[in-house]
Amino acid sequence: MIDVLGPLEWQAVFLSLKVACWATVAILPVGLLTAFALARWEFRGKTILNGVVHLPLVLPPVVTGYLLLLIFGRQGFVGAALQELGIVFVFRWTGAALAAAVMAFPLMVRALRLGFEAIDPKLEQAAQTLGASPIWVFATVTLPLMIPGILTGAILAFAKALGEFGATITFAANIPGQTQTIPTAIYAALQVPGQENKATWLVMISIVLALSALLLSEILARQARRRLGA
Amino acid sequence: MLDVRLRHQLARLPLDVEFSTPKGVTALFGPSGAGKTSIVNAVAGLMRPTGARISVSGQVLCDTDLKLWVPPHRREIGYIFQDARLFPHLTVKANLSYGRWFSRHRNQPNFDRIVEMLGLGTLLARRVAALSGGEKQRVAIGRALLAAPKLILADEPLAALDSERKAEILPYFERLRDEVDTPILYVSHSLAEIARLATTVVVLAEGRVVTCAPTKDVLQNPALLQYGDKHAGAVLQMRVETHHADGLTELGSAGESLLLPRLGIAVGSPVCVRIAAQDVILSTEHPTGLSALNIIAGTIKQVHQDINCGATVAVQTAAGVILARLTLRSLQALNLQEGSPCYAIVKSVALADTDQL
Repeated sequence: MIDVLGPLEWQAVFLSLKVACWATVAILPVGLLTAFALARWEFRGKTILNGVVHLPLVLPPVVTGYLLLLIFGRQGFVGAALQELGIVFVFRWTGAALAAAVMAFPLMVRALRLGFEAIDPKLEQAAQTLGASPIWVFATVTLPLMIPGILTGAILAFAKALGEFGATITFAANIPGQTQTIPTAIYAALQVPGQENKATWLVMISIVLALSALLLSEILARQARRRLGA
Repeated sequence: MLDVRLRHQLARLPLDVEFSTPKGVTALFGPSGAGKTSIVNAVAGLMRPTGARISVSGQVLCDTDLKLWVPPHRREIGYIFQDARLFPHLTVKANLSYGRWFSRHRNQPNFDRIVEMLGLGTLLARRVAALSGGEKQRVAIGRALLAAPKLILADEPLAALDSERKAEILPYFERLRDEVDTPILYVSHSLAEIARLATTVVVLAEGRVVTCAPTKDVLQNPALLQYGDKHAGAVLQMRVETHHADGLTELGSAGESLLLPRLGIAVGSPVCVRIAAQDVILSTEHPTGLSALNIIAGTIKQVHQDINCGATVAVQTAAGVILARLTLRSLQALNLQEGSPCYAIVKSVALADTDQL
């Protein structure tokens, strides 16, 4: 049954995983910093930063994809500069990862921000009085207490990246074997009569992947919470 | 040891205080909202005051005139919080060692000695969530001590505990005072705690220092009693005279004696007793036909009418000053004036700390 999927479809599955993993890992450090700033600091332009972070969540994904083309395309002001350095995003798998990352970013920041806000700043004060500098406080108190929040944020971002469609197809296109991910492969299969079988299998794989990720994060988060005694 | 000059606008009142403390335990005493925690936070560096000069043992931590500010992690001040604030992701042992990871001292306090002093030996491998309230506070004390602080701040460390836990923790603070050389700034609104622990008391009200004096003087001052809780009262230094066969112990001082339930203390040892002002009745004549055992003669030394329509009367007896709380009506009915003779009927006596006065 499953052999209805050809090598190109399997490539789409592996590419999806690769894209989602890279996107999640790449936005985690930036997401942590952004969420920490939004949760703990008061600064000028905080509202604007919050708005910009949430933009991909409220814009139609096609619009985000088009904006990415304008910025990171070969003629885009960032894309042109990066091309000089030999880095090209558009119509590459890296482009799919970039699109997925941008789309997943607000979801991750929201989860991380909630995580930071749930940490009692009094514990960080206690660490300070014991001689820990701000960086050490972050590394030895804030970050360990953030583990459940990081897991939640990462799984949300991973799931979003796995399912990203609009921005990906606009920015990285739908080239089988190169930039085709599970959602775009399902879309392509549905465009051709007689390929419903392929689409169904891809849908099932998609469900299994999403559920496994959710389960894994749930187990890890529960373990982390138990260690924190909550 | 600790010199504080502090001006800061708090949400409800302006804080404007200045005091210096000697070695030993200094209690910061006053009603809630008097600015006690703000002062402690300013000393620890957790609050940035608008105008301040704070120094510990000559080392300046904060001087707004000189734009000098030492961040909290470089102040070497141990802070024992009311709510313990242990790190939930670490074991008891790791919590205790936390400050040592950052300490730049060569001669760190002996880990085993502190663990033994606070009775933490059996708790070391445990997670914080598995500790009782009293155990958590003991770990918090140990954690602050092991960071080798130059000053220890304790912000109402017993307030969140029930009376049994308080009785469990208080002796550890006494050991701290007696066995560790570090000065302690101890915030409390309980005169009972202060009578047992403190050598000096800074009385605060409405963001100002009312007085800064040795504990004994403060506890004898009727004007200050209104800032205290319902257990407020004077402290007398006495000596164990006899253990009677009927289960009572007789204490004596300068010819006066007090009877209280049997104490496990040897005859001849000095003891401090605290007599809560609300447990003292005054009489102008020697009472007869009364069940109370402890009746002490004296003269009225001072009458202080306080804000909440009561009065505190200081009675000078041969054994020392006793404080009594009366209503204004009784004060007028008995026509009590400074210098008039009276009898203090003491309903109950509590043992205060044995060696602090």
